[in-house]
Amino acid sequence: MSFVEYGDTIKDGDTAIVFLGHESMFPVKVQHGTVTQTKYGVIRHSTDLIGKKYGSKVTCSKGGWVFILHPTPELWTMNLPHRTQILYSTDISIITMMLELKPGSIVCESGTGSGSLSHALIRTVAPTGHLYTVEFHQQRAEKAREEFREHGLEHLVTVTNQDVCKNGFGVSNIADAVFLDIPSPWEAIGHAKSALKAEGGRICSFSPCIEQVQRTCLAMEEYGFTEINTLEILLRVYNVRTISLQIPDLGKAAEDNSSAGFDSSNPSNQGSLSPGLQQGTVQFKSGVPLREMVGHTGYLTFATKS
Amino acid sequence: RKIIFEKQWFYLDNAIGHTYGTTFEVTSGGNLQPKQEVEETNTETKEAGTDNRNIVDDGKSQKLTHDDIKALKDKGIKGQEIVQQLIENSTTFRDKTEFAQDKYIKKKKKKYEAAITVVKPSTRILSTMYYAREPGKISHLRYDTLAQMLTLGNIRAGNKMIVMETCAGLVLGAVMERMGGYGSIIQMYPGGGPVRAATSCFGFPKPFFDNLHEFPLSKVDSLLSGTFSTETLPSEENMLVEEESNGLTDEKQTSLLETEEESTTETAMEINQTEEQDTMDVNAEDEEFKENKEKENKDNVRQKQRKQWERRKKLIEAAALLTEKNADGLIVASKFHPTPLLVSLLEFVAPSRPFVVYCQYKEPLLECYTKLRERGGVINLKLSETWLRNYQVLPDRSHPKLTMSGGGGYLLSGITVVLDKGKSDSSHFEALKMEEPSSKRCKVQDLHC
Repeated sequence: MSFVEYGDTIKDGDTAIVFLGHESMFPVKVQHGTVTQTKYGVIRHSTDLIGKKYGSKVTCSKGGWVFILHPTPELWTMNLPHRTQILYSTDISIITMMLELKPGSIVCESGTGSGSLSHALIRTVAPTGHLYTVEFHQQRAEKAREEFREHGLEHLVTVTNQDVCKNGFGVSNIADAVFLDIPSPWEAIGHAKSALKAEGGRICSFSPCIEQVQRTCLAMEEYGFTEINTLEILLRVYNVRTISLQIPDLGKAAEDNSSAGFDSSNPSNQGSLSPGLQQGTVQFKSGVPLREMVGHTGYLTFATKS
Repeated sequence: RKIIFEKQWFYLDNAIGHTYGTTFEVTSGGNLQPKQEVEETNTETKEAGTDNRNIVDDGKSQKLTHDDIKALKDKGIKGQEIVQQLIENSTTFRDKTEFAQDKYIKKKKKKYEAAITVVKPSTRILSTMYYAREPGKISHLRYDTLAQMLTLGNIRAGNKMIVMETCAGLVLGAVMERMGGYGSIIQMYPGGGPVRAATSCFGFPKPFFDNLHEFPLSKVDSLLSGTFSTETLPSEENMLVEEESNGLTDEKQTSLLETEEESTTETAMEINQTEEQDTMDVNAEDEEFKENKEKENKDNVRQKQRKQWERRKKLIEAAALLTEKNADGLIVASKFHPTPLLVSLLEFVAPSRPFVVYCQYKEPLLECYTKLRERGGVINLKLSETWLRNYQVLPDRSHPKLTMSGGGGYLLSGITVVLDKGKSDSSHFEALKMEEPSSKRCKVQDLHC
């Protein structure tokens, strides 16, 4: 396995995702002789995982089973150990496209945080690109370094432990894109500009508050960035459900109700509704929004240096 | 070559040799190159009102008449100066608030100071442009939805992807950009050949096309059942001719792109339209081709045979790649019903790989969701939609933009897993649920009996 290359079989040292069902999963480091406990019983790495294909069903000791999945940045984002707030795949997607990232891109990022975005960036710029990521918190920087090594990505990323607002990214004129997720991005715009290539590049700043966005936009304008654009993206997830609605009793004559033609003669044949099996109800499939959804993550401000 | 963009026409010759992102001003027929930053001219009018209580809309605040303005334009006076004239002749301008003045100037500038910026093509630019200009051609796939597809599909260098799209080749281009020429793509196409009008706008280097394969959708069934053979290609003749004409336009396009060096979004659009016409006129061209062929000699016949042979070779390659059944992902974004596409095409995908289906409407994806659960072999199914909101950010005037897009389509995504052999034909619906293994369930059933 690797986060930047698919492998067929599970090997010693791999990071794999154990899928328990219904959005419930966790990452596991595959090691000879190790066991992992799940609610379905024990998984013995040597016999249950190593040598098996990714995507297989693994039967646990209690007879229950789980699926073992190949790691991807998206699965990692859903399962990584949080050290900070993280960016989720919805924001990451639009960031990646709007920064025009592709294989070979050089990207600067700050802060590294929990490495959720970092993994996605590395995936996209591999195998010829590079990520320079700056984290001012020493412990987090070290933890991130360790993770990248474990995931076989160290050749694609450089983690620097310094304050990006004071000391910049530690590189100049090499980046195609810069991403900022720090409390005061306006203090780093100058450094971002000098990190970008002389011929230009793209920048993105993520901030939860509109006041931060305002100061950032002013700073971007001051430094001559163009195409400044602020947007917000929200994900709506739907549960697929079969719904049955009862048909109200309007006191219609009893012979109507008991007649065989009830279903087809009543509202059930309106639109795409399919007649329910149960008398007096109409069944249909619906995409039901979740009871609660993420209402705000942050504003994304993009700009171009040219 | 003459190009029309936003009611103006111009030649691109002058734009060669400049860096991407350079802004140009249009004169009568050619391009001028003004500075990046035009000096702001508005600063002298610092005088401004505080509110609009005394501003009456009598339709007479502008002292210049329609004809005056036209005369100014005809004289070829710089747009900047016209705007200045308009401001000076507006009686209410000084009474307007500072913000309203700003807005007034911006509006007039937009109308009279035509500036064109030439930028490099990218998925960002092209998908935004297609969504704004030709949403019908890409099934109303909004750019943020496309961004989600690329991420959910884990598109990256080295993958072996299957793409089925009827979005003018935009989705294909986006996938190609993210793969950077590493790995391979098999494009499944309906009808006589794949549409790649948008793909050619990206200006990809030639090597990117080396590992781009195509395979006709109508042969999928025979490939799955093992009765596939290249000899039984449907209407080979027609497809060949069509292919040739496509090929020619392709060549024309690439040579154009090469000589002009920059394929601006505008030219891209332009080329697009011409190509669309070409494909529409295919029948007429068809006949032309045939006539030409009759007149000309065996050379052409030999060439035709060679092309046919090459085409067949490519088809066999694509078929071989598919039959390995180890693709790293599946991307579907088409005008067809997604369920049958997915049920068939997922057969070619390896386990533990992501797939994403786009549909403009939610209902077909609801059905698809149900069908996939019955079939099994997939987990983590998710039906989703994204909302995109743009903001105006200005000092003391920040707010969401007035208009936002009503809808950008829906996505159904998931991950493939090894399909349970025994269960797939019986009680398949339960197979997906996390219950006891079948042996145990049998016991339970026994107890019940």
